[in-house]
Amino acid sequence: MKILFNVKCVMCNVFLLYALHFTLYTAYAQPISSTELINNAKIYNSKTVTYEGEIIGDVMRRGENAWINVNDGSNAIGIWINTSLLKEINYTGSYKSSGDRVEVTGVFNRACPEHGGDLDIHAQSLRKINSGRLRPQRLNPDKRNQVFILLGVLISVWILSLLKRK
Amino acid sequence: MILRPRLEDVKIIGYYLGKIILGLALTMVIPVITGLAFKEINPTFDFLIGLEAALISGLLLTKVCYTQKNLNWMQGMIVVSLSWLAAMILGAIPLYLSGHWKSYLDACFEAMSGFATTGLALVQDLDHLSFAHNLWRHLIMFIGGQGIVIVALSLFVKGASGAFKLYVGEARDERVLPNVISTSRFIWLVSIVYLVLGTLALGITGMLSGMKPVNAFFHGACIFMAAFDTGGFAPQSQNILYYHSFQLELITIVIMILGAINFKLHYHLWAGNRKEIFKNIETTTLFVTIMVTFCITAVGLTQAGSYPQALTLFRKGFYQLISGHTGTGYQTIYPQQFINEWNHLSLVGIICAMALGGAVCSTTGAIKMLRIGIIYKALKEDLKRIILPDKAFIVEKFHHIKTVFLEDKVARSALLIALCYFILYWLGALVGMYFGHPFLNALFESTSAAANVGLSCGITGTGMPAALKITYIIQMWAGRLEFMSIFTLIGFLVAAIKGK
Repeated sequence: MKILFNVKCVMCNVFLLYALHFTLYTAYAQPISSTELINNAKIYNSKTVTYEGEIIGDVMRRGENAWINVNDGSNAIGIWINTSLLKEINYTGSYKSSGDRVEVTGVFNRACPEHGGDLDIHAQSLRKINSGRLRPQRLNPDKRNQVFILLGVLISVWILSLLKRK
Repeated sequence: MILRPRLEDVKIIGYYLGKIILGLALTMVIPVITGLAFKEINPTFDFLIGLEAALISGLLLTKVCYTQKNLNWMQGMIVVSLSWLAAMILGAIPLYLSGHWKSYLDACFEAMSGFATTGLALVQDLDHLSFAHNLWRHLIMFIGGQGIVIVALSLFVKGASGAFKLYVGEARDERVLPNVISTSRFIWLVSIVYLVLGTLALGITGMLSGMKPVNAFFHGACIFMAAFDTGGFAPQSQNILYYHSFQLELITIVIMILGAINFKLHYHLWAGNRKEIFKNIETTTLFVTIMVTFCITAVGLTQAGSYPQALTLFRKGFYQLISGHTGTGYQTIYPQQFINEWNHLSLVGIICAMALGGAVCSTTGAIKMLRIGIIYKALKEDLKRIILPDKAFIVEKFHHIKTVFLEDKVARSALLIALCYFILYWLGALVGMYFGHPFLNALFESTSAAANVGLSCGITGTGMPAALKITYIIQMWAGRLEFMSIFTLIGFLVAAIKGK
């Protein structure tokens, strides 16, 4: 009977530990949105989080580390990362290209003491989810036609004003 | 009896409005060239459409309303207020065509925010905006900061008397040089010299921070234009936080302060009269108000425990404060952080700083330092009258380029404008509260719009009601023009309807 009781206790403990681990795991291992991080910065402060989004703008190298800014569609958050983790990065988001989509895991700082109080993430790992690409620029025929129509109107107004002056 | 405006009034207004629109049209050539340089096909078309629409409007107005008569005060004021509306409507065309603004109203909001050097933005997906459109957003701040009318004055308007009325209508009642047209050209000279120096400083800092050279100098030019003209737009969605650079923050602080200083003071500094900066009522008042508002903000932030380290508190608190006080609106924190992490006291410090503004005849908005200084002196004079014996002869003086005696009419004028600003701040806050925002948030955003600052606590966004967008547009317009030209326009419209 006592042995059965001990087994039950051990099983309960194992289950609780598993549940606790699972809870922690889902809280911080699943990607968290920028809005969630910014709005609940005090809760996530100094915790390891996973954040996902498109790299935008420049990769700003500062010695062995670099700043990248990752936009998840709502906001962009600065990521302080070792340059060795950036080898796979080929594209960053701009008018002419979509940036690589990445998943970053790292320590979230509400007001980073190392970086003057910036809200940032110090990356521990980075995984490329989707590769970016150059965005093709197709001429918009409607816009081209509007330019020519307005040019015609402009020239007509100018000629009429010249005639009126005469 | 109210007299109905004559057709001649309308013609004169139309003619000068047309000239200002033509001046504005020419500025669209710059983004067209940028679009071509960066091989951005559709953005170039957007600006060609905007340019042509502006040229057609300007040409039609100048030809249909052709006149050789000079402006009177009423007409000058109306031309100014209408030219800012025309600039908003025409300047929004290329923005809307880009597809980065959800509606034409949003594009108009952005254009007015740019021209009025406010910096509240409704742009979508800014991080993928073209160079041409991004340059235009910052260029309209540069144009609006100097004054839309100053562009036209420098280029088109002949005759000093008409020019002076337009100049005054645009909330500039001080001439740096005896002639208004020379003053306009001097303002441009100062701005362009600083533009070159500022772009170089910011571009080099950007490169040293790891940016690509082209991006570093493009961002440098954009940031300079928005900082010197106390605007607040930035090329990326994170605003100044994007750069993660203390050096860049320091340079922008210097540029923002330069933008908040009176152009007349710039002239005296350039002429070697450096003592003026220590004696001038505006600079001394600015120093005092910065210190007082920073103390309020810092105490608030310490109470809230937002930034445990002193250096961090200074870097975040002082930057947002200088940005608000100079009317720039650059942020190194996210808008939501104001509400979530800053307490009421620190927000009040920022709101007070925003409401006060920079110098007159500068690129800032709000009540402005000269008026604050004069109101303080007038209060001091009245207190002396109460305290000192009846026979005491009380005079109050202030130093603004030269030492002048404080007259009642000067104090009255300063008080009236200050009162108008307070009413504008509160009206905007009431509208914000009507749409469900808490009092302090509504007051923060309203003051930011009316004082042409651009700091946001998160209310401004594409999802806000159209009525609130229109309220902020009106606040930005009225705040930038300092009311008189808008009151004149309202009077003109009333006279057109009710007059005989």
